[in-house]
Amino acid sequence: MVEETPWQQALRYANRANPYPFYEELRKTPVARQPDGTYVVSTYREIVTLLHDPRVSSDPRKCPAPAAAQAEGAVEAEAEPISEAVVSLEPNIITQDPPEHDRDRRMMTPHFVGPPRSPHLISDLEPEIRRIVAGLLDDMRGKTRIDAVDDFAYPLPVTVICKVLGVPLEDESRFHRWIETALDALDFGPEAASEEMQNRLAGGRRAVAEFGQFAADLLDRYARQPGPGMLSAMVNEDGPEGHMSKGVLASNALLLIFAGHETTVNLIAHSVLTLLRHPDALEKLRRRPELIVPGVEELLRFESSVQFWHTRSAVEDIDIAGTTIPKGAPIFLAYGSANRDPERFTDPDELDLERRDNQHLGFSQGIHFCFGAPLARLEVQIAVGEFVRRVRNPRLVEDPPPYRHNQIFRGPRHVLVDIDGIRD
Amino acid sequence: MRIVVDLNRCQGYAQCVYLAHEVFRLSGQEALTYEPNPDDERLLQVERAAAACPVQAIVIDRLDGAKRGEAS
Amino acid sequence: MTLRATVAELVHEFRANGRIVIVGASLAGLRAAEALREEGFTGSLTIIGDEPYEPYDRPPLSKQVLKGWVPADHTKLPRMREVDAQWRLGVAAIGLDRVTKRVRLADGEQVPYDRLLIATGTRARQWPNPTEAALQGVHTIRSRDDAAQLQKALAEPPSRVLVIGAGFIGSEVASVCRELGLPVTVVERGSAPLVGALGGVIGEIAARMQRDHGVDLRCGLGVSSLEGDSGGHVRRVHLSDGTAVDADVVVASLGSIRNVEWLEGAGLAAGFWGVGCDAGGRAFDINGVVTDSIYVAGDVARAPHVLYEYQFLAMEHWDNAVFGAEVAAHNMVNLEPHYRPHLLLPGFWSGQFGVNIKSVGVPPFGDQIVFTQGSIEECRFAAAYGHRGRIVAAVAFDHGKWLEYYGKLIEHSGPFPPPPVGWDQPADTKPMPAEFPDPRVPTAIPDVVLTGHDPSERTAEFRPRRH
Repeated sequence: MVEETPWQQALRYANRANPYPFYEELRKTPVARQPDGTYVVSTYREIVTLLHDPRVSSDPRKCPAPAAAQAEGAVEAEAEPISEAVVSLEPNIITQDPPEHDRDRRMMTPHFVGPPRSPHLISDLEPEIRRIVAGLLDDMRGKTRIDAVDDFAYPLPVTVICKVLGVPLEDESRFHRWIETALDALDFGPEAASEEMQNRLAGGRRAVAEFGQFAADLLDRYARQPGPGMLSAMVNEDGPEGHMSKGVLASNALLLIFAGHETTVNLIAHSVLTLLRHPDALEKLRRRPELIVPGVEELLRFESSVQFWHTRSAVEDIDIAGTTIPKGAPIFLAYGSANRDPERFTDPDELDLERRDNQHLGFSQGIHFCFGAPLARLEVQIAVGEFVRRVRNPRLVEDPPPYRHNQIFRGPRHVLVDIDGIRD
Repeated sequence: MRIVVDLNRCQGYAQCVYLAHEVFRLSGQEALTYEPNPDDERLLQVERAAAACPVQAIVIDRLDGAKRGEAS
Repeated sequence: MTLRATVAELVHEFRANGRIVIVGASLAGLRAAEALREEGFTGSLTIIGDEPYEPYDRPPLSKQVLKGWVPADHTKLPRMREVDAQWRLGVAAIGLDRVTKRVRLADGEQVPYDRLLIATGTRARQWPNPTEAALQGVHTIRSRDDAAQLQKALAEPPSRVLVIGAGFIGSEVASVCRELGLPVTVVERGSAPLVGALGGVIGEIAARMQRDHGVDLRCGLGVSSLEGDSGGHVRRVHLSDGTAVDADVVVASLGSIRNVEWLEGAGLAAGFWGVGCDAGGRAFDINGVVTDSIYVAGDVARAPHVLYEYQFLAMEHWDNAVFGAEVAAHNMVNLEPHYRPHLLLPGFWSGQFGVNIKSVGVPPFGDQIVFTQGSIEECRFAAAYGHRGRIVAAVAFDHGKWLEYYGKLIEHSGPFPPPPVGWDQPADTKPMPAEFPDPRVPTAIPDVVLTGHDPSERTAEFRPRRH
């Protein structure tokens, strides 16, 4: 059997809890061609360069099936992963290039995060977020063991994103199942070919289709009867740049429902986990609560919620770091590795809540910079800040905790914590 | 409080505008303007904005008035 | 003791007890002082500034200050660290004696130095007729006081503002006037706004932007005279085509003059374009020989640049002040081979008419331009400038996130035209002449200028047209 590349090893489920040694190996070749013809970029400088390179497309429709993959008889299952199902939906801002990307993002911005039209949208949510967080912590009273994922990290973002978008919270269990099914079915590594993953793939595609139908139905409902939130506003309003088609709007709705909580859940869960692994940092944060602001940036760097992104490709030959990425080749940008690149960050494997010049790629950079970043920051600052302040003597039960299958949206399935009580 | 934004670095991500819209404003889609000497009560907001800047373009004064030591 | 040890001792002694004088208390002067302390210099540090104010930031003056959002005195620069300096503010340096190593001040005092940093910057070029320039309602904008006065005048409000010169500052003033709902006429001697800095092709786009926002833009015209009323207030502006415009506020934005007069007789390579220095900030004397104790930074410096055929580059740019100051400060307290070069890729920004205009490189070094990304119609695009088949600069309108790509191409002497982008290509992707005017046309002086190869060169003169 051919030896696996560091990238393939990093993607193995067995290494989900700690992919970093494989990233370190990977960074020795900043732009590494994989057997399937994909180019994985793992160093900070090269990723930033490509994020600002207009010869890189984010639109998977512009990326022909990698010919190299077939030529070398690489893993056949790669040809039709779950992402293909997403592609079969209309485009959304994460899979669009300018000018469509810029226009659609301009149309969505005033309804979600604000500026320039309504800059206070996010800060207005602060009291609501505080109320939800307080409620979740209150509910832990009397318990000696909690799950930081199910009891804490998950309920906050899902409640907030439903409110912002105008998605009925009572539908949560349905779309939660679809998302879980789709996420568990997506695999970019050597295990994609396994029988189990092949079976999951079919379920995943079905889940995405049902989720898409759910979003479309919701938009139809709002078109007939306007309601609260961004989706209703976008269905019913005509901005200066016109109207977003229902298909594109549904696709973006899917993206926001998904990205709006999945990544935030992982960030909160990882933050709790990381702080419990670093008692000094936890104690420092307890004594100096204001450090939550730079602290969340460090946690974004340390355990990035989006480990890599997979829809980019080269539209022309691109010379970079001594390699030529050929026209048409898929490009994976490994943010999780770049954020641990010692060429950019001093002692990258150390957690430093006061790190200076922390220009991490936790939210990416360039035109696809995370649309929901301001909301995510606010939620995580409040949630983690309050957890640290109120939970008495939290102790990790299991280390490493069990991880979810997904490689991009990497996060623990559960984080069991023993506690001595909840402060007021 | 004193701040300066390195507008050569700034790429118009507008994260500062979300977090401190009394201090930072956009003119159009991308052109940033700001209040260079905001009230001290905005400190927390401005620190949040500086931490959130994707290109770390916001510089906050680290000295109190006495240490600036101006003759005037 | 070996010679090497003696020199090391000297440097150690200088760092501990030397005397450094910085002339100029603006951005470059302040950052140099901070950098000197950061480098471990513990000797005496004197900062001389002709304005009575501690260092403040100028870019906001023509934007948020004029608009009335930010008071002019709210522009004080943040400090990076303590500088423990003697501040001599409100008193100008009027002479330099290199033999006795003293700076002469306007109040008669003489300040001795071991090493000197010249960071005197520029001042606004006044309307050339002194009587007319003295009329009430005639403004320039460079200093905090200028901005405060003009802001007050705009708040009156005037019946019409007339701006002479459509460079970046003039265009920003016109933009603020329109935001405030004020009628404004812009008179530009060149073919379009911003032609000196960005060329005629971009100038045409800037002209359309101005007109779309209701600016009465008149190009290819000069102002012949300003007419006042009996009370000494400007009321009417006569143009070179014989017409006249009634206006009660006139803003002369005719570019800047380097503050080098105080160096007369000092024997330095000081002239129209500033003080010549090497890429490490060390000043040249008038014979092109580098000095050992005098350094230059900021707008008043002109230094050879490796990317532009080693021509002397004069940059009125914010980051040139910051990095030039840091490099000069480092070299003032270090020895060869530890000197650092000031190898900055020039960069510039301007916010006007709701559009973020940014550039990298030296656009006037190019003679061709090609639109590479976006839509000219919608005023959101990127364009590259070329010279002899290589890319030398780029400009972006509301495309700031892409500019660093072009910066990297320029740094690597990439090809011109650059490789095609993958999407959002403009309708026309053929290179065309960039249409830069003769750099000696006075009102077309760009913000970054190639000033030839001679350190004491004086390549242009201001000769106001008389009618």
